[in-house]
Amino acid sequence: MSGQNRDLLLDVRHLQVYFPIRRGLMKKVVGHVHAVEDVSFTVRRKEVFALVGESGCGKSTTGSAILRLIEPTGGQVFFNGENLSALSEEQLRLKRRDMQFIFQNPYASLNPRMNVWQLLSEPLRVHFDLSQEELRARVGEMLTLIGMTPDQLERYPHQFSGGQKQRISIARALITHPSFVVADEPVSALDVSIQAQILNLMMELQQEMELSLVFISHDLNVVRHLSNRVGVMYLGSLMETGNTEDVYRHPVHPYTQALLSAVPSHDPLHKSKHIILEGDVPNPADPPSGCPFHTRCARCTARCREERPELREIAPDHFAACHQV
Amino acid sequence: MKQKNRPVRNRALPGNESILRQLWNDPMGRAGMIGVALIILLAVFAPWIAPYDVAKMNAKAKLTAPNASFWFGTDNFGRDVFSRIVYGARVSLIVGIVAVGIAAGFGYLLGMIAGFFEGRVETVIMMVMDVIFAFPSILLALFIVAALGTSIVNTMIAIGIVNIPVFCRTVRASVKTVKSTDYIANARSIGLKKMSILFRHVTPNVMAPFTVQATLALSGAILTEASMSFLGLGIQPPDPSWGSMLSDARKFMERAPWLVIFPALFIIITILSFNILGDALRDVLDPKLKL
Amino acid sequence: MKNLLEIRNLKITTLRGRETVHLLNQVDLDIRKKCSFGIVGESGCGKSITANAVLGLLPYPLRVSEGSIRYESKNDEMDLLSLDAKALRAVRGREISMIFQEPMTSLDPIFTVEMQMFEALSFHHPEMSRSAMRERALEMLHRVNIPRPEQTLASYPHQLSGGQLQRIMIAIALINDPRLLLADEPTTALDVTIQAQILRLMNDLKEQNDTSIVMITHDLGVIAETCEEVAVFYAGQIVEQADVAAIFHETAHPYTHGLLQAVTSLGGAERKLYTIPGIVPPGGQWSRGCRFADRCSRCMEKCKEMMPALTEVSPGHRCRCFLHSEEAES
Repeated sequence: MSGQNRDLLLDVRHLQVYFPIRRGLMKKVVGHVHAVEDVSFTVRRKEVFALVGESGCGKSTTGSAILRLIEPTGGQVFFNGENLSALSEEQLRLKRRDMQFIFQNPYASLNPRMNVWQLLSEPLRVHFDLSQEELRARVGEMLTLIGMTPDQLERYPHQFSGGQKQRISIARALITHPSFVVADEPVSALDVSIQAQILNLMMELQQEMELSLVFISHDLNVVRHLSNRVGVMYLGSLMETGNTEDVYRHPVHPYTQALLSAVPSHDPLHKSKHIILEGDVPNPADPPSGCPFHTRCARCTARCREERPELREIAPDHFAACHQV
Repeated sequence: MKQKNRPVRNRALPGNESILRQLWNDPMGRAGMIGVALIILLAVFAPWIAPYDVAKMNAKAKLTAPNASFWFGTDNFGRDVFSRIVYGARVSLIVGIVAVGIAAGFGYLLGMIAGFFEGRVETVIMMVMDVIFAFPSILLALFIVAALGTSIVNTMIAIGIVNIPVFCRTVRASVKTVKSTDYIANARSIGLKKMSILFRHVTPNVMAPFTVQATLALSGAILTEASMSFLGLGIQPPDPSWGSMLSDARKFMERAPWLVIFPALFIIITILSFNILGDALRDVLDPKLKL
Repeated sequence: MKNLLEIRNLKITTLRGRETVHLLNQVDLDIRKKCSFGIVGESGCGKSITANAVLGLLPYPLRVSEGSIRYESKNDEMDLLSLDAKALRAVRGREISMIFQEPMTSLDPIFTVEMQMFEALSFHHPEMSRSAMRERALEMLHRVNIPRPEQTLASYPHQLSGGQLQRIMIAIALINDPRLLLADEPTTALDVTIQAQILRLMNDLKEQNDTSIVMITHDLGVIAETCEEVAVFYAGQIVEQADVAAIFHETAHPYTHGLLQAVTSLGGAERKLYTIPGIVPPGGQWSRGCRFADRCSRCMEKCKEMMPALTEVSPGHRCRCFLHSEEAES
């Protein structure tokens, strides 16, 4: 049935990730952290879908679980119509050529004992049977794309700046020409003036290589700038999803509204009116009943406390999980 | 997968300089290297360096103070202390290296298994290690030697067994640390096989703490051997060992202090050199410390 | 002295091997009473070490090699750099307090919040009774909007969230009514909705307490929200300094301009983001000319040769750039 829409690349259905909490000598499971709770969304070809939310909302776990870097405890992920959850480990390993992951922290995600040549040729060696010349050519081509030169091939990660390291990890992820990439906060570890460089590079490559991208970020400005569609997460659940401009201009979920209003304005003469949320995010090991946001929501009713809202379409291609809209 | 076709220089160490050169450039590293090199030279060239036969007694020159013909004096049998120390270096080094080899080999294997596979296997291995660890190492070594009988081989085995837990723990801890790093997650996301991850990504990153541990354990093993020989359960006469030389010297300490001073001095120099070298090696091998 | 804090010609160096490396040069800052002052810059620009130098908290081998930091306390005027350890401790926490980026690691995990608040109080007020301290601690928690202050006092840090911990850090920092609060990236580790809470809280506290705040951040949004005056740091120097409206609307220095462009072009119509080319130069590896020269789109010949001086372009607005003044640093 997912073959119906040729445009559809990724279809995430009711994804759930629970982490067991173990205590005591016998490591008995005493509870679960509800990291991702019933998350469904789709990503089309050549589209940038952003997952945005605050720390601990489950956006990174969702990203890892899509690619089964963390095993989901429930739900399915269809990639090109194929159910990833049903693949064996070996089948999945071979599939990774076509779906890659870019990590948040380039200082940690590159093996400190491998030089650039080893880092970039390794994915090719794993997935293709290339001659030495072909390897050189592919690595050289990728180096040019990320704006680096062949004389840097012999160098090790610690000899590069953060921005350059992130370029190398991007190259490592894209060198097998995947059609789908999950990028987990790829610029948040970098300096402000370097972030824009890396974002531009990613956008260029996304266009050029016709990538579909799931872009995970807590930076609302960045998400607005580069995503086509966005999903707003809170406490493991999707609160609102839709076309990025729609969601930013007309946020309907009270959480999205508060989140967007909290972004500091860049004009001291026109300070934005903040909706200040009271209290803190509840503990995901002990999530509240009903709507996950009801403990901090100004518009909370009795129904919100009891019944968990489903994502409903409130405008074309604009969904929100709230009883009040 | 194709084999590596580009020679990888300095596998253990990113950067352009060899480990030895970097060690040499570090003052502490240099001191450690010189100390260790001296001991090794003594041990290797013992027959050429030692002026006398170690076992040859000389009734006319008992307890001679250090002089031009007996640099470090003679003991109560008239044996040349310098020659015995030179040969003692041999014993110390061999015992140290073989014992650490045993400990490192088994410890590495067990640590890898425990760290990589986790679960019940890990629990069992670590429990056994904890039991071994719980005994004072000298006591345990003496116990093993008492059970197996006193000989140089049994001494090495005993010291080896006693040191397994340290290696096992070091390796397991580093495997676990490395396993939880982003670059291992990255290797998985690229599509690498489990075994490739183990050999290409985990092993090289575990080698650094492992090498450091080996250097430090070497000094520990030499010290244990000396203590065991001092207690009479290590190297048996007439083989010279620094520990047994100290032990034999006890009765003559006041009359012939050189019998105590020189073996003790060499034990100290050796231990210190290996420890300093181990510390310097740790600094050199940690790529994060380098700018 | 008409200012609360006057930093003059501050120079900070460190050792790399046997070599002395300069991390901060020629920094002059005046913090007025009851003012919120912003220091903005990227990592390694020297903004945090400036704050650390004020309280004598520079970690070895960093040290102040030149300059003065004059502070006017309630009844005395002093040079903080010439104080001995004991006198400095009397200033810390009482006259000048500091809050750090990581609330999670700034509190000691083995003590309850109550013990840590009492410690801060009793050090400067040994005469205070337990019940008085408790009353004061509760009052502070109430002021920083901690729900259920009684229960929070008995909690250990790991039982509290990042936002709550940062509020407790602020409560501890303000418990002795300091006249100056140094806040080093106080909201960087926090989420936007929590950041909004904390920034509003800090603004309120400044109004109520006559406390001056120095806000150190890399986030121009935080500056725009909270500060009256701003100094922009780049490569161990001040490159521009003015009141907040002038920084944002009459931007003089190309670096400040670039920083602003980089954030405001987000969400703009252009898909391609404005970027400052090149990398932030690491500490000490600076050219003898203008330190921003090799990343600057308006770089001239003389920029590579001479260091421009920090000169006034309009009253209260200083800038270090040859586009605005011919004057070079001697």
